[in-house]
Amino acid sequence: MGISVEGANKSFGDFQALSDVSIEVPDGSLTALLGPSGSGKSTLLRAIAGLEDLDSGQVTINGDDATRKPPQQRGVGFVFQHYAAFKHMTVYDNVAFGLKIRKWKKPETSNRVHELLQLVQLDGLAGRFPSQLSGGQRQRMALARALAVEPQVLLLDEPFGALDAKVRKDLRTWLRRLHEEMHVTTIFVTHDQEEAMDVAGQLVVMNEGRVEQSGTADDLYEHPANEFVMSFVGEVNQLGDHFVRPHDMEVVLDPDDRTQEGMVQRIVTLGFEVRVELVLSDGTEVWAQLTRNELQRLELREGQIAYLRPIQAKSFNGGSPSNPQGASTPLGTQDGGDAGLPAAV
Amino acid sequence: MSANPASRWGLRFLGLGYLTMLLLIPLVMIFYKTFEEGIGPPLDAVTSPDGLHALKLSLLMVVIAVPLNTVFGIGCALLLVRHKSKLNPVIDAVINLPFAVSPVVIGLSLYLLYGTNGWFAFLGEEGIKILFSVPGMVLASIFVSLPFVVRETVPVLQEIGTDQEQAGQTLGANAWQTFRKITLPSIRWGVAYGVVLTTARVLGEFGAVTIVSGSINGQTQTLPLFVEKQYANFNSTGAYGASLVLALLALITLFAMNLLKRKEDA
Repeated sequence: MGISVEGANKSFGDFQALSDVSIEVPDGSLTALLGPSGSGKSTLLRAIAGLEDLDSGQVTINGDDATRKPPQQRGVGFVFQHYAAFKHMTVYDNVAFGLKIRKWKKPETSNRVHELLQLVQLDGLAGRFPSQLSGGQRQRMALARALAVEPQVLLLDEPFGALDAKVRKDLRTWLRRLHEEMHVTTIFVTHDQEEAMDVAGQLVVMNEGRVEQSGTADDLYEHPANEFVMSFVGEVNQLGDHFVRPHDMEVVLDPDDRTQEGMVQRIVTLGFEVRVELVLSDGTEVWAQLTRNELQRLELREGQIAYLRPIQAKSFNGGSPSNPQGASTPLGTQDGGDAGLPAAV
Repeated sequence: MSANPASRWGLRFLGLGYLTMLLLIPLVMIFYKTFEEGIGPPLDAVTSPDGLHALKLSLLMVVIAVPLNTVFGIGCALLLVRHKSKLNPVIDAVINLPFAVSPVVIGLSLYLLYGTNGWFAFLGEEGIKILFSVPGMVLASIFVSLPFVVRETVPVLQEIGTDQEQAGQTLGANAWQTFRKITLPSIRWGVAYGVVLTTARVLGEFGAVTIVSGSINGQTQTLPLFVEKQYANFNSTGAYGASLVLALLALITLFAMNLLKRKEDA
């Protein structure tokens, strides 16, 4: 059950949008397709909806092979980045569209539409036209329209991409709650890792038409399969061939055999979090994330020499095919050697 | 735009002056000349049997050519915008032909095709008269007014994009329902504008229709041909009167579209 895509390939001319993509989306889950633009995430979503034909591969929706089915017969609800509101119809007629196509009777249609408008908190705006709504309202209307026909799966293509930051955050929370109520299998596409981690239970990270890794937010953050995933799901510093998250960088004033010398270039206070940017002796620029208290204790000043001690670093090359999750090295518990940061970075 | 009021007024004056000289004054002159000797003479000319027949024939051209070109135009625009193919540039260029080619040439080409030695001369032998009769005039009218609906619809189709149509599909609408309930309402003002231009062109067409019709009084004369005949026969009042009727018909078309639009916006 749920959605599965196997061996999907799709190219547009010379551009390979999907190459041998396979994903499994469990029934009733909320899954995010996460990746930079051009990574193929939208193409994959559109292929699931039937809006894009695959060159090869198979799409299965709730156990049925949907590969050759037109979008009308796939039982999907689709929400577009730019709302795709029917501009010449009122909010009511937008939401009722799918029901009218299915020849629902008037009273039933009216009940269903008002029920949905209540759900998306647009009751009372039924007579408005899309041009009279804000972006957030339009997107909620589009969601109600998609949900009206009781789709088996709900697909959202960068649904909050065109909205401003505040509205995005509100809708994010709201979407998560909605999913908890409705339990319809949902896939949503985003390039924003914070959004993906906030909303989705499961993430699929894509890059250049391939799936890099899938798993829960914790999985991806703690055990990234490669450099791309590690840097895409969070901030990262590169030290030689090791990668360290800024919050895994300890700043101390006294050197020892596991520290590296650096000069404090800039200190940026972002509320509780403080960003300390340093430049190492070889010119590498890194930054450490400290708390306000730590900064005050260290009494750091710009231009000062300080010492960095990575608490945990990862290295993806050195080719350990037996461990595709990446070599996780808790540096603090090991004594120097190859696990420590290369002395001559 | 410049914020300087002097230059703003200067530009307005220039624009309005230009339009007045080129468009307004000649039209007002016709109006004035028509009624110079009272309402009687022009009314007599327009309501003469030949005049009325010309009016009827002009309207017939509109009634046949406009719907045909509208249906063809929408279909063609959909083909050009929604179905990418290597043939599209060719189709696009061919559609523009009536704009590029002089109407007289169009008339001549029809004459050659359906005339005594033309490829379709056999139609005449079968008793189907094309030249010097209504069918030929309809063909000429369709030919000259063909591009308008396509040209006005293509940019609107491009602008609305495919999102709404695809949303309709995912909601279960088939191709016809998608077109009828989503595409057509979205492009209707582009189409309407194309229809107005087509109507104006068909009403005013002279060159192509002259050649294929033979301009026979009371038989194959549309209003513009009637105007020309009257003028050539030194009945300038009649010519002005008929011209005024033509201008009024065009104004009515524009007005009808504005009325529809206002009703829609209300």
